[in-house]
Amino acid sequence: MLDDRYSLAFKLYPYERSADQDAAQAVRHPVIVVGGGPIGVATALDLGLQGIPVVVLDDHEGIGQGSRAICFAKRSLEIADRYGAAGPMLDKGVVWNLGKVFHEDRKVFEFNLLPESGHRFPAFINLQQPYFERFLVERLRELQADGAPIEIRGRNSVQSVEFHDDHVRLQIDTPEGPYTLEADWLIGCDGAGSPLRTMMGLDFDGRVFQDSFLIADITMKADFPTERWFWFEPSHKAGASTLLHKQPDGVWRVDFQIGWDVDRKVELKEENVRKRLDAMLGPDVEYELVWTSIYTFQCRRMKKFRHGRVLFAGDSAHQVSPFGARGANSGMQDVDNLGWKLGMVIRGEAPDALLDSYCAERRHGADENILNSTRATDFITPKSKISHIFRNAVLDLAERFEFARPLVNSGRLSVPCVYDGLPLNGPDALTGGPARTRVGSPCPDAPLGDGFLLPRLGKGFTLLTIDVEAAETIEADGVIATRVALRASDDTTGALAERYLGTAASAVYLIRPDQHVAARWESFDAAAVQDALRIACGKG
Amino acid sequence: MTLQTKPNIADADGFYADLIAAHDGLSEDESAAFNARLILILANQIGDRAVLDAALEAAQARR
Ligand SMILES: Cc1cc2nc3c(=O)[nH]c(=O)nc-3n(C[C@H](O)[C@H](O)[C@H](O)COP(=O)(O)OP(=O)(O)OC[C@H]3O[C@@H](n4cnc5c(N)ncnc54)[C@H](O)[C@@H]3O)c2cc1C
Repeated sequence: MLDDRYSLAFKLYPYERSADQDAAQAVRHPVIVVGGGPIGVATALDLGLQGIPVVVLDDHEGIGQGSRAICFAKRSLEIADRYGAAGPMLDKGVVWNLGKVFHEDRKVFEFNLLPESGHRFPAFINLQQPYFERFLVERLRELQADGAPIEIRGRNSVQSVEFHDDHVRLQIDTPEGPYTLEADWLIGCDGAGSPLRTMMGLDFDGRVFQDSFLIADITMKADFPTERWFWFEPSHKAGASTLLHKQPDGVWRVDFQIGWDVDRKVELKEENVRKRLDAMLGPDVEYELVWTSIYTFQCRRMKKFRHGRVLFAGDSAHQVSPFGARGANSGMQDVDNLGWKLGMVIRGEAPDALLDSYCAERRHGADENILNSTRATDFITPKSKISHIFRNAVLDLAERFEFARPLVNSGRLSVPCVYDGLPLNGPDALTGGPARTRVGSPCPDAPLGDGFLLPRLGKGFTLLTIDVEAAETIEADGVIATRVALRASDDTTGALAERYLGTAASAVYLIRPDQHVAARWESFDAAAVQDALRIACGKG
Repeated sequence: MTLQTKPNIADADGFYADLIAAHDGLSEDESAAFNARLILILANQIGDRAVLDAALEAAQARR
C-alpha cells in the first residue's frame, strides 16, 4: 500500500534501496522511528547527536505540501537550536508582536506580546510547516555528512508490527517489495491518524469539535501590516470567525470558521473561496490563492505514551485544536523529553523505568495543551446560547474596559509546561528563588555578554552555579553533571539574577539535558547533588 | 475573604428596583446580555477565585 496521501512540497528523501532489503536475516537496529514528519526527524536529530544509530521510515519521499502549522514558539526554536537547526528558521520566519481583535468589525482592542528582552529567540515566528521540516532534514543531512549514524528512508511504509520481549519486528513495504526489520526501540511519530497506534489496537479518546475551518493561503499585493488579526462574527459573514496572519514569502494565512454541515467539495471550489475572500478583503484587493483546505479537529490523547518498547510522540500521541499553536510545538517538547532518556537507557546509564517518566511528564504537558486549546475553542465557537451570550458580553466589555481583555481567548499561545510535582524532581531548596525557575521548569534564556545562557546548557546534565563555589564535575552511578560557573555580574542587564536568583544571594541548579530544572539550592552540597542526579535519572 | 452571605447592600430595596428597571424595554436576548455583562463586571470587582467559586456554588438551584 504505497498510495500518496498528499503531494510534496520538497522531495528530500527519494526511495533508495537499502542493503537491509537484501539481507538474509532481518537486520536489527537500536532505534527505528516510524514517520518522517517534524517530530520523527527531530527525534532522529536528538538521538543521532548522541551517537545513537537511528533509522527513520516514512511512507512518502519528502515533505507534504499545504498548510498546517505556521506558528512556532520560542521553546521549539530553543530545542531546534540544541539540534543546530534554528538558524535558518529564524532567518526565514516572520516575527510578529502585535495582535488585534475585532468583533462585528469594531476593533475591540489590540495587544502587544511585549517580548521580554534577553532571549535569543522571539516568543513566536511564523513559518510554513514545510520550511520548518525542511530545515530539520537539511540539518540531518549535515550531521550525516559528519558521520552521524542517522538514516531516513523514503517510500518505506510500515505495514505491521510484532512484539517480542527485547525487540519489535516490522514489515515494511517499498516500491521494490516488502522487507523486514527489527528494532530494540520503536518510536511512533506517524501523525494523528497513526497506523502504528491502530495496528496495536490502542485507544485515542477525546472530544470532537463540530465545526470546520477553511484555510486559504494567499499572496497579496496589498500592504497589510505584520500583525495577527482575529475577527469574531465579522459582518462580511465570510466566516463565523476569521483569522489573518502573515507568513514568509508574502503569503497570508486566512482561516474562516465555516460551520459543521458543509460540503467540502463545494466550499473548496475556487469561486466559492474567492467569494469569502472578496467579502473579507473588499472588492479591490488583488490576491492569488496558494493553497486551500478544510480542516476539522479533535482534542484527544492516548492513555499511555509508552507501551513496552514502543513510544509515541507528537500527533500520534496527542492531538489539539490549532488555536494556540500547540501541535507541533508540543511534539517538539516530546522529543526534547524523550531523546536524552532513551539515550541513557540505551547506553545503560539509567534504568528502563526512566522511560515511564517520559509518559508521565509529556502526558501532563498534553493535558495542559488540551485544556488550553479546548477553552480557546469553546470561546471562539460557543456551543450553547448562554455561552455565546457570555462570549459576546466579554467582547463588548473588552472594548471599553481593560479588565475584560484577559478573558478574550482567541488561542493561548504555546508555552512549555512545568513538570510540577512529577517523579524526576529533586529538592526545590532555593529560598527566595523565582517561581519561573522552580524545579520542573524549562530554563528561561538570559543574556551572557555577547551570547546567551541556553546554548551552554543541555549537553548532558549541567550544574549551573551563580556566585558560589562547587566541584567542576560531579558523578553519581556513572552519570556526570558538568559545572557551568557564572556570576550574576556576567549579565549586566540583571536578567540572569532576576530569572535565577530572585532574592537569593547565590544559587546551584541541577539542569537536565532537556534544559529543565531538576533541583536547586542556595549552596553546593555534593551528596545532595548526587541524590538529585539519581532521582533525575529514574533511580530515585 | 469568604463569601458574604449576610446582608451587605445599602438601600436594598432601591438597588433591587434599579436592577429590575435596568431591564426595562430590553428584549429577552438583550436582558440576557445585560446580565452577562453585569456578572462579569461584578466578578472582576470580587476577583478572589475562592469567593467566586463559593458564589458559583451558592447560586446553584436548590434541589
Ligand atoms: C490547520 C492546522 C494548523 C496548525 N497550526 C499549527 C501551528 O501553528 N503550530 C503548531 O505547533 N502546530 C500546528 N498544527 C499542528 C501540526 O501540524 C502537527 O502537530 C504536526 O504536523 C505533528 O507532527 P508529527 O511529526 O507528529 O506528525 P505528521 O506531521 O502528521 O507526520 C507524520 C508522518 O508519518 C508518516 N507516516 C504515516 N503513516 C506511516 C507509515 N505507516 N509508515 C511510514 N510513515 C508513515 C506520514 O507520511 C508523515 O510524514 C496545525 C495543524 C493544522 C491541521
